[in-house]
Amino acid sequence: MKILYFAWMRQRVGAASEELDPPASVDTVDALIDWLIARDEGHKAAFARREAVRAAVNQDYVPFDHPVAAGDEVAFFPPVTGG
Amino acid sequence: MIRVQEDDFDVGAELAALAAGDTGIGGIASFVGLVRDMAPVEGHDRSIRAMTLEHYPGMTEKKLAEIEAEANARWPLAASLIIHRYGTLAPGAQIVFVACASAHREAAFEACAFLIDWLKTKAPFWKLEDTEDGATWVEARASDDDAAARWERKPKAAE
Repeated sequence: MKILYFAWMRQRVGAASEELDPPASVDTVDALIDWLIARDEGHKAAFARREAVRAAVNQDYVPFDHPVAAGDEVAFFPPVTGG
Repeated sequence: MIRVQEDDFDVGAELAALAAGDTGIGGIASFVGLVRDMAPVEGHDRSIRAMTLEHYPGMTEKKLAEIEAEANARWPLAASLIIHRYGTLAPGAQIVFVACASAHREAAFEACAFLIDWLKTKAPFWKLEDTEDGATWVEARASDDDAAARWERKPKAAE
């Protein structure tokens, strides 16, 4: 699973992307966040206010109950501010 | 057409190219977004030295194409264009350009407003402002959500 971070999420995690292989029990965005938070302080800080985070799976915005699976591209970022 | 680029763009040349070869076009409405030199940070205006735009390559193009397709589904457009820059920009620099050409002005105006409103809430860009007090990520604004929400119902022009 490829996981991408943007804006202050990237800064707090300390990486723009990572290739990870979570267990099969990690089957939703929410479960993935729980699993990432347990990895280290950077991830914990990035997801400290979960309501401030938005997610995309395979380049579409999704709610946190959306499924994730091996091979997915999952991205985490703050609400967008383009234009 | 969609373009995501670091380079600046020439509004006059883009408008001319958009209308070229189609004399059925009666008008083009366009919007150019610029980097402001001041921004409110925690309720106080701060002078901006530069703005850096980060985006999600791949998803950005996908979302902009979806937004443009939606505009073309709602209004009878002869041509449309979205250009969005990324990278570090100085105050006064052009950030974004949207243009819609149509036989009549109503569709062009409405589609142009729709494109910029939806782009602001749906395209994966993030702004980092370099201010006199340090670098700050711009927070999403409720007024932008409100502006986008007014297009949730299809306008009369599309019916």
